[in-house]
Amino acid sequence: MLLKKKKREEAEIPSASLADIAFLLLIFFLVTTTIDVDTGIGLVLPPKPDENVKPPPVKERNLLKILVNQQGLVLVNDMPSAVTDVKQKVLDFVDNANRAQDANLSESPKSAIVSLKTDRATPYSLYIAMLDEVRGAYNELWDTLSMQRFGVKYAMLDNERKAEIRAVYPMNISEAEPDPGTN
Amino acid sequence: MAKFSKKNASTKQEVPTAALPDIIFMLLIFFMVTTVLREVTLQIRVTLTKAVNIEKIEEKRLVSYVYMGPEKVGQNSFGATKVQIDDVLIEDLTNIRTIMYEKLLEQPKLIVSLRVDMDSEMGLVTDVKQELREANTLRINYSTKRKVL
Repeated sequence: MLLKKKKREEAEIPSASLADIAFLLLIFFLVTTTIDVDTGIGLVLPPKPDENVKPPPVKERNLLKILVNQQGLVLVNDMPSAVTDVKQKVLDFVDNANRAQDANLSESPKSAIVSLKTDRATPYSLYIAMLDEVRGAYNELWDTLSMQRFGVKYAMLDNERKAEIRAVYPMNISEAEPDPGTN
Repeated sequence: MAKFSKKNASTKQEVPTAALPDIIFMLLIFFMVTTVLREVTLQIRVTLTKAVNIEKIEEKRLVSYVYMGPEKVGQNSFGATKVQIDDVLIEDLTNIRTIMYEKLLEQPKLIVSLRVDMDSEMGLVTDVKQELREANTLRINYSTKRKVL
């Protein structure tokens, strides 16, 4: 039995090209990888209206009505306006109590509601541009308050402090259902 | 004047390469794990709009996408604006509420990300939003790209 034991040639897999193969695979995955994080404008829709409960009354002065029609023309509280002016108007409206104290604008930032209304044929990109303006206004308010209180910008705060800032300037955006349009 | 003679290093300077494949493999495995090959085949065109004041969604697993845009008909021609969820085009918009409601049951913190083509009209977007309200999926996100100022 012992005689049968032959000296075998050792089987070896050539491993010199292993690194190259790994490199090829690596490059393939490097190229195909998309580490993409979804970015966008977050919103919370209002819950489905209850037919038995009437919506709470809102004072006229606490409502900033922004209307965008299908030609891209903008009305802010029935006054024609340019898209780029909307941010300033929202700022004046929301922060009215600390600024001009105009009797036609909001009583306090907490009661201020920005209402966005569109036609059915309004281009989506325009609507996003408007939403961006309104958010820009709120971002500016948050940043200013945050700089006063904590000395850093709003985006740098932790969630607890963010909530504190948001309690002072809550972002109330109401999205009305669009008009069916004339045509 | 004193001269400095250049010292020749007596030891061999060689980087050990034996561990190179292992390093490469580590990298490879990292990218294999993080890679997401495109999950859905878009049957519509979605060119996102750009905006400045946007935020990131950190929790990707909460997100479910709804695509809206003109249907791809030929190589470069587009048909009517349609809604696509996962891999199917939705013909009847009222189906959205069932689909979304089921997704909400699976993931109670669901965020619906609306990826809408920039040339769409608000009418369709609003219809979809109404359906989402019916399904009680209230957290939404208008997907946009960052506008570089």
